[in-house]
Amino acid sequence: MNVKTDLKDGVLTAYIMGEIDHHTAKDIREEIDHVAESALPTLLILDFTDVTFMDSSGIGLVMGRYKLMKEIGGETRVTNPSPHINKVMRLAGLDRLAVIGKSNSKGGKHND
Amino acid sequence: MIENEMKLTIPSRSANESFARVAVTAFFAQLDPTIDEIADIKTAVSEAVTNCIVHAYKETIGKIHITAQIHEDHRVVVRIRDTGCGIPDIDQAMEPLYTTCDNGERAGLGFAVMQSFMDKVKVYSREGRGTTVVLTKKLISRDSHD
Repeated sequence: MNVKTDLKDGVLTAYIMGEIDHHTAKDIREEIDHVAESALPTLLILDFTDVTFMDSSGIGLVMGRYKLMKEIGGETRVTNPSPHINKVMRLAGLDRLAVIGKSNSKGGKHND
Repeated sequence: MIENEMKLTIPSRSANESFARVAVTAFFAQLDPTIDEIADIKTAVSEAVTNCIVHAYKETIGKIHITAQIHEDHRVVVRIRDTGCGIPDIDQAMEPLYTTCDNGERAGLGFAVMQSFMDKVKVYSREGRGTTVVLTKKLISRDSHD
């Protein structure tokens, strides 16, 4: 499994690991959605610390989760993408949809 | 002038996406590319191979032919060829955010990523015959070998 999830105080953190491509994105997406749809978190943190590669399938993954969280009425945040992954995300304008930031151990609030 | 070349043929199984991008960049390792250059090429190859799997062959399994060449002046060329359905309108297919996948999980940015990470992207396609994508990038020489 390429993702581990952790739910605490309405904050769902998904620790994604390894490479995100069309092949791996499906399992990651299904796991996150499965937990999010039952827990209805107010904030979804996609933790990219251990993601070593991402192509545009990762853009689809973030965009799809952003849409799901909007339906639920929550926010989406991306943390710790590598410089190259940041480049792919910026190309897609994801920095305008989801807050992309460095590690945020408190899981919230740094934006207020 | 082509200084070195490798050819690879793989079935269009999604498990091969990772192998294809790693194989191409491993071949270019002899040029001592930077980490950024490796990441750029890996990402562009991944997009092109994924297009073959998702679009060209859809529910079927066909062959993907990959050629990686090293030209003089550290110019690298990658050709990704399929004999799948072909692209009816290449300009439309290359438009950012255009996608034929309607499940909302494909961003429609494959060609945009290729264009952004490589120097040149050329697409040749005929409906019912297949598509060839040619990716070119000049690598910055870190040591001049003199």
